[in-house]
Amino acid sequence: MTNKNIFKELGASGVILAFLMLLPILNMVGPDSGLFSVSAFQLSLWGKYLTFAVLAMSLNLLWGYTGLLCLCQSLFFALGGYMMGMYLMLMIGERGAYKSVLPDFMVFLGYQDLPIHWAPFYNFWFTSAAILWVPGVVALIFGYLAFRSRIRGVYFSILTQALTYASCLLFYRNDFTFGGNNGFTDFKDILGMDLNSIETVRILFISSVVLLFLTYFITSFLLKTKLGKIQQAIRDSENRVLFSGYSTANFKLGIFVLSAMIAGAAGALYVPQVGGINPSLMEAAKSLEVVVWVAVGGRGTKWGPAIGAIFVNLLKSYTTQAFPDYWLIFMGGLFVFVVLFMPQGLIGVYNQLKEKFLKKEGTVSV
Amino acid sequence: MNKPPVFRDTPFILSVEGVTKSFDGFKAINDLNFYLEEGELRTVIGPNGAGKSTFMDILTGKTNPDVGTVTFHRPDGHDVDLIKLKEYQINRLGIGRKFQTPSIYASHTVYDNLLLSLNRARGILGTLFYKLNSEDEDKINEVLKIINLTTSKSRPAGLLSHGQMQWLEIGMLLAQELKILLIDEPAAGMSDEETVKTGELLLSLEGKHTLIVIEHDMEFIRQIARRVTVLHQGSVLKEGSFENVKADPEVIEVYLGRQTRAEI
Repeated sequence: MTNKNIFKELGASGVILAFLMLLPILNMVGPDSGLFSVSAFQLSLWGKYLTFAVLAMSLNLLWGYTGLLCLCQSLFFALGGYMMGMYLMLMIGERGAYKSVLPDFMVFLGYQDLPIHWAPFYNFWFTSAAILWVPGVVALIFGYLAFRSRIRGVYFSILTQALTYASCLLFYRNDFTFGGNNGFTDFKDILGMDLNSIETVRILFISSVVLLFLTYFITSFLLKTKLGKIQQAIRDSENRVLFSGYSTANFKLGIFVLSAMIAGAAGALYVPQVGGINPSLMEAAKSLEVVVWVAVGGRGTKWGPAIGAIFVNLLKSYTTQAFPDYWLIFMGGLFVFVVLFMPQGLIGVYNQLKEKFLKKEGTVSV
Repeated sequence: MNKPPVFRDTPFILSVEGVTKSFDGFKAINDLNFYLEEGELRTVIGPNGAGKSTFMDILTGKTNPDVGTVTFHRPDGHDVDLIKLKEYQINRLGIGRKFQTPSIYASHTVYDNLLLSLNRARGILGTLFYKLNSEDEDKINEVLKIINLTTSKSRPAGLLSHGQMQWLEIGMLLAQELKILLIDEPAAGMSDEETVKTGELLLSLEGKHTLIVIEHDMEFIRQIARRVTVLHQGSVLKEGSFENVKADPEVIEVYLGRQTRAEI
């Protein structure tokens, strides 16, 4: 990478960080109304967008840089979310509608005792670890089977889609101990802090910013290493990598697990900021939405997917209010438009325009 | 793997014995026997469907034969049964292949293409903590010189011409420091001049490496041929010098004759 590109990238990261930090600052010291006011609601809305941005970046690691179109990314996101949700449910304690130590849905469904796998989730640190390892282990098992059997391309996509669909059906069942179709809700506090207090909202938002940048740094670091180059080589010509002495299955598995863990962490921050989770998050269509975010923002670019996720979700918020019935048509149209006219996504528009108006960049003569 | 060396009592580096492979009842390879001497340049020809590609797939672990043995005679005297090994394991023993259509990493630079082909740091942790050292740099530069791409080393490989891509892929095999190079139609899609240069390159590797070259282009074969193996219906029809093979009536019937007729 040339110095110029490094500065460009640092500049972009700086602008993004400055903008994101402006939101909680305005929320703290800004005016109560007008263009520059940021309410607690808006702050947690943006916090939610940021977790989506991280989710998009995790898919980009797979699809953008390794060529694996994974259609179960929102499953990993939801798994991380459910882990956090279990902790938050237990933290309600006896303040639930039924005044029981058991979460409300358990009382409602006639549970006598807390299921044994729920007990460790009283501990925040156990929960934090589970947020990473549960999606990681699911990815490890599924990935091991898929990659060992040489499942590639569209077959991999279809299988991952089936996985998220099956999981979704499983989580919809009341007897699966995760609240069935109602999932978890009515959270009260996290680490003893009231979830509705403005301080908690700010802390969660800033945690999301931290996770976003952490994901960015992980991606950047990987891309600089030989491992990152192998990732892209697998995308370009997997057989060549395989016949050059690399076990591509191991590499794909490693990236898949890492990506699942990042998605899980994002999901864990999503749940407290949204205030609930239910299995609809695992529906197959949700994972497809993530694909749209990545494509719109710019597949295989470092910030593109995050920008795509935020852009599409801002658009969604606006459209679902202004034209409630037409959101899916909007999104479909946007996707088609991007695929046809903006192959490098939003982040590539600048280059596209530059190429168009400043002729083609001079190619190096041989 | 690292047993003490013993005396290798064979001039061969590779023995293929009694190998058969069927696909849905069709015998792509039929009781094939094939021996390769260390350091030789072998040309394999045969009409379409003779089993050339399947043969290569079997040698590199992509396909497992139904019966038969494929043995790699390591220079230290220990034999390795290739059939049980996976592609990347076979490659690590020092057997590499060049695909018919150039398979390169289009978005990486020419330099990085070669870097990724070096025969070290190929595990996950190895690649994660890999640092380029001067020895590896020298190796890459040496290969760049051989394949005549030094001036293009910073270009994305996807922007190279077809012939250059073919050369790059051969360079990627050289960077792997292989014992046996399997090269599938290296001259496909090249200009006459490029073809001659490719032939010279392959000839210069003879002795240092063992090569199997699969080709169709008769002019090219004339240029590089030492010992020629003719495959037909999955087994060896003839083996010998190019002149002998070319004059053999059976070979003319199944292969050359067909081509001549096609040309008319």
